[in-house]
Amino acid sequence: MKLQEYQSKRVFARYGVPIPNGEVATTPAEARDIAARLGGTVVIKSQVLVGGRGKAGGVKLAHSPEEAETVAGQILGMDIKGLTVRKVLIDEGAEIRDEIYLGLVLDRVQRRVIMMASSEGGVEIEEVAAKTPEKILKVAIDPFLGLRTYQANELAYGIGIARPLVRQFGEIAYGLYETFVKSDASLAEINPLVVTPDGLLAVDGKMLLDDNALYRHPDLAEMRDLDEENPFEQEARRFGLSYVKLDGEIGCMVNGAGLAMATMDMTKLFGGSPANFLDIGGGATADKVAAALRIILSDENVKAVLFNIFGGITRGDEVAKGIVAALDEIKPNVPMVARLVGTNEEEGRAILADANMITARTLAEAAKKAVAAAHGELTA
Amino acid sequence: MSILVNKETKLLVQGITGREGHFHTKQMIAYGTDVVGGVTPGKGGQWVEGVPVFDTVKEAVQATGANTSIIYVPARFAADAILEAANAGVELVVCITEGIPILDMVNVRYYLDHINTRLIGPNCPGVITPGEAKVGIMPGHIHIPGNVGIVSRSGTLTYEVVYALTNKGLGQSTAVGIGGDPIIGTKFIEILEMFEADPQTEQIVMIGEIGGSDEEMAAEYIAQHMSKPVTSFIAGQTAPPGKRMGHAGAIISGGHGTAAEKIAVLKEAGVAIAHHPEEIAEIIAAKISS
Repeated sequence: MKLQEYQSKRVFARYGVPIPNGEVATTPAEARDIAARLGGTVVIKSQVLVGGRGKAGGVKLAHSPEEAETVAGQILGMDIKGLTVRKVLIDEGAEIRDEIYLGLVLDRVQRRVIMMASSEGGVEIEEVAAKTPEKILKVAIDPFLGLRTYQANELAYGIGIARPLVRQFGEIAYGLYETFVKSDASLAEINPLVVTPDGLLAVDGKMLLDDNALYRHPDLAEMRDLDEENPFEQEARRFGLSYVKLDGEIGCMVNGAGLAMATMDMTKLFGGSPANFLDIGGGATADKVAAALRIILSDENVKAVLFNIFGGITRGDEVAKGIVAALDEIKPNVPMVARLVGTNEEEGRAILADANMITARTLAEAAKKAVAAAHGELTA
Repeated sequence: MSILVNKETKLLVQGITGREGHFHTKQMIAYGTDVVGGVTPGKGGQWVEGVPVFDTVKEAVQATGANTSIIYVPARFAADAILEAANAGVELVVCITEGIPILDMVNVRYYLDHINTRLIGPNCPGVITPGEAKVGIMPGHIHIPGNVGIVSRSGTLTYEVVYALTNKGLGQSTAVGIGGDPIIGTKFIEILEMFEADPQTEQIVMIGEIGGSDEEMAAEYIAQHMSKPVTSFIAGQTAPPGKRMGHAGAIISGGHGTAAEKIAVLKEAGVAIAHHPEEIAEIIAAKISS
């Protein structure tokens, strides 16, 4: 789960990371009031869960409450990479002398949390990594010892932080590490961490949380921004389905994540393209299949649906019953291709035989038929 | 021979009184696995499918001499279950549970560096040596004994490949699902090393997917250390960047971990690449007849 900038910064602040004074507005009038309270120059920042907000015109300065109202009016409702801006953060302006980067991620190879720092703040770290990798310093954190002072020092001196600021940098690094561990984050990033005449300040922040650990952070789980989520992905989560929308024309319903990816790939291999990733998981009951089918068909690009079910512990006949019940309820108007193998496959196929579906034995055959059906070259 | 599990496996089921644990205990016994005990705190003294239940792993190991355990406990208790088994001296722990918080696994994995226990998983289908022992949730009946070793990050995709192999009469030495999480107990390289050393295994299938760099590291290992032929399939060629594809570990991040990258380095390492899962069986069969 991604947090908005203002949410990330508020979580950082709980652990002692200094952030600018600021408040969130949803209307231009609110923005004016907030700017008046803060006084002086303010920064008005769109709150959407994508990168590149600045380049898209979603971050602007305002020098008076009236200007804040006008600028907020321009930014609210703006479309940034397909997302509508519904909130803006009004932050007190800062006198920026330098920008640095500080972040924590999980390193899968070392199986540790890694802290990264760079003198090149304010640009995406991937960009720095691609162009000047030597400007990113990393320390691997021992999970039992946590971040140690000497490690923060290595980073601070390594990226050339002015000596009087090293101690504060260490405190911020420690605070960010505490934030990461105590929130079960998978990413926590301050970019940029700016140098001002009064010391360091985290003017922008980003956090990703581990969905599997949200149960122990109800306060963070509540921060989920439903406006930002694809409604179908929300619906899928409600039914325990794993769904990702793509741009193709063949809807895919598969049990198992790896097999779902392989099935998508095969539609492409045979000249089509997948409309989605969807893993229905084990035990494909009728209501789950129906929910999955509704989600797939809500995408107008879908011209055919491919069911690929490998009955392991899940029995083929039960899945087939689930599919038939779901089709009865939904009555789809695009061709359906079903491939069912494994436990009780014969019984399953017999059930599907009356369901007006195109059937296939192998995965390759199923994918080819789905492509043909999507192109209008094959019907049940 | 085979790897990890065999007729000598004495299995303990952690979470045996739960719905999943109970169901799969029955399935594993039916397959012929020597299930010697189960553990559920608070349920010691009960019996499940003719198997005695204990309150702690320590007690169960002392009473039964178990050398392997399989974990079906819910995600929030699973990390503790792994540590408990490791501390009770269980040599091999297979964790089926999906959804364990990742920082829990960072700690568990780090702890295991200092203790003599091998962990397979989490979020995996388990391990099967056909005809000898099934320690997992895979459908046993699609497997037949033979000489192809399989290692995979995925569950049903592995069944798909096994099914295709079996249909061509190509048996398996051992099939290992290492799991779809970003932090797992055992990676490709360690399993490849075991297959290379196993006299029964003649060919190896490695099934990877997008995310991380374990396939790339495996490619390097294969080029330098493997004499047995390896055939591979990488799932997720059509996956978009930045989106998690079901498995917590299946995500292309910062432009890395794409299927194309993995396929390129595997090819360079001399690994035969299948375009789709069923093609693996054709490639393996062709290698045998040549």
